[in-house]
Amino acid sequence: MSQETPILQLEDVHTSYVTEKSMLGKPVKKVSAVNGVSLTLEKGDMLGIVGESGCGKSTLARTVLRLVEPESGTMIYKGTDLTTLDREQMRKMRQKMQMVFQDPYASLNPRMTVREIIESPLRVFQIGTPKERQEKIDEIMELTGLKKEFQNRYPHEFSGGQRQRIVIARALILKPEFIVFDEPVSALDVSVRSQLLNLLDDLKKELQFTSMFISHDLSVVKYICNKAAVMYLGHVVELADKKELYENPRHPYTQALLSAIPLPQTGVKRTHQVLQGEIPSPLNPPAGCPFHTRCPYATVRCCQEMPKFEQIGENHWCACHHEYTKYAGQGI
Amino acid sequence: MQIDTAAAAAETKKEEKKRSFLRDVAERFVQHKLAVVSAVLLVIEVLLIIFLPMILKLDPITSDFMAFESAPGKGHILGTDDVGRDVFARLVYGGRVSLSVGFCSSIISLLIGVPLGLIAGYYRGAAEIIILRASEIFSAIPSMILILVVVSITGTSIVTLTCVMGVMGWTGFTKMIYGSVLSAREKEYVEAARAIGEKDRSILVRYILPNTVTPILISFTFHIASAILQESGLSFLGLGVQPPQASWGNILNGAQSISVLTYQPWRWIPAGILLLITVSAINFVGDGLRDALDVSYHR
Repeated sequence: MSQETPILQLEDVHTSYVTEKSMLGKPVKKVSAVNGVSLTLEKGDMLGIVGESGCGKSTLARTVLRLVEPESGTMIYKGTDLTTLDREQMRKMRQKMQMVFQDPYASLNPRMTVREIIESPLRVFQIGTPKERQEKIDEIMELTGLKKEFQNRYPHEFSGGQRQRIVIARALILKPEFIVFDEPVSALDVSVRSQLLNLLDDLKKELQFTSMFISHDLSVVKYICNKAAVMYLGHVVELADKKELYENPRHPYTQALLSAIPLPQTGVKRTHQVLQGEIPSPLNPPAGCPFHTRCPYATVRCCQEMPKFEQIGENHWCACHHEYTKYAGQGI
Repeated sequence: MQIDTAAAAAETKKEEKKRSFLRDVAERFVQHKLAVVSAVLLVIEVLLIIFLPMILKLDPITSDFMAFESAPGKGHILGTDDVGRDVFARLVYGGRVSLSVGFCSSIISLLIGVPLGLIAGYYRGAAEIIILRASEIFSAIPSMILILVVVSITGTSIVTLTCVMGVMGWTGFTKMIYGSVLSAREKEYVEAARAIGEKDRSILVRYILPNTVTPILISFTFHIASAILQESGLSFLGLGVQPPQASWGNILNGAQSISVLTYQPWRWIPAGILLLITVSAINFVGDGLRDALDVSYHR
């Protein structure tokens, strides 16, 4: 682990949505979407967050940028706890933290031209003279593979891939230190997807940002990230360096996910671990380990006791009773 | 094939420069024939109403003592009314009053209604409850009666009439804008705006308002039409614009007896037709605008 202070450190972050209000507007029922997540991002990391739909990964992404307010926990960004900032202070922080959204058809204002869209972060933070702004716009458009002539067009004139490039250009024009990508390629055609992933990879090298990459696609994460976390029902169940996670998955859920990735070769025999049942409703989460209802190794203990999220190897954390028992004797 | 693609490329390049949102809208509007005809009619009407008095020296107020209730003919192209005023001149000047009362009161309604709708929809909470309940109370009271009461207190000058009608008319705008803001604020581009650090006011003005312009514009046109009718209704009842000042409504006011209706059609048919044409033309233009501005066409 590097000695530098981490860029972002999440400690026990909880986020919930109110699903029912009383007559007076007080919350009666809540759904926990993010349930005690702790993560650390070092400079230059690209942390992939994978999980089924509804596991809280997008909520986590929004929580980190406080587009959704966390219920409890701390989020230390370079020494500042984001949860303690007021709206205006948080707004200023956004200069350094940007986000790329999932649906490029929905995340661009249809009444702004491409130029206005890409310029908007500069306008918001009053950066540069008109001439400098134009230079920055030209530069970032070139970097993201957009033609200069597109500037006066409207978003509806573009394809999904190009729109997503516009979204990326908008997020990158301030050269932010930290970016959240919320499933940036899942709304796109497969053919465009790889182009965009390559673009992101290049941009990461060029601009040196730290990022979180939300995805439900393990192969995408494997391609582009250097760390990966697996989420299940609002919990991070396993976190490791990419190589470690893909080669040596410890949590039964991770193992099941990995075994479900289709292989390009034929004739290779492998053991499929098919998960039984559906992901439980977050409205009514199971007691104990959230995964016990579908886990092939579940024991009585799993039904009663929530496993701790513990370090089980170098840069490898996992929340599973079985892992814990297995390694308890070895002093790790 | 090669040439084809080259030609197509050149074509798109040419297109690129000219293309804009307004141009698209204009193109689609032109396809709505009835709306185009209506728009042309309205423009002609407004121009005539503005410039005819300068050319023709019309006098809508002075009585011609030689001709009371005279039929259309020489000197009085559309005849005279019961006190000998020229009907044609009154139509022209009445048009000025009717159209401007309709237009100005709609502007007032718009200026009150739109900000309230924006606030209720964007900030929600207490503001939403107060504004919506207030608009429900306002729209539950029959506006005609309320206007009658207010006008009887304030008097019936054109300015007070316009203001009263304007103030009474805000609820429609508020509810409609409230609805469109509710849907617009859930759009991902609004969240994206917050993510890039836009301030609330800027989100409202730059992201939400432009995406509610379409419904605002459309209901504004319809509102003008109904305001013109409302003014005419009030004047017809004798509670709106008072003679000797002319308005289309109070020209019709003169036609409240069977004898006038039967024997002096020039005193009410021209005014009635003008009113009918104007109001339906505005409505058709509104229809055309709605189709032309519909975002779902050009996505």
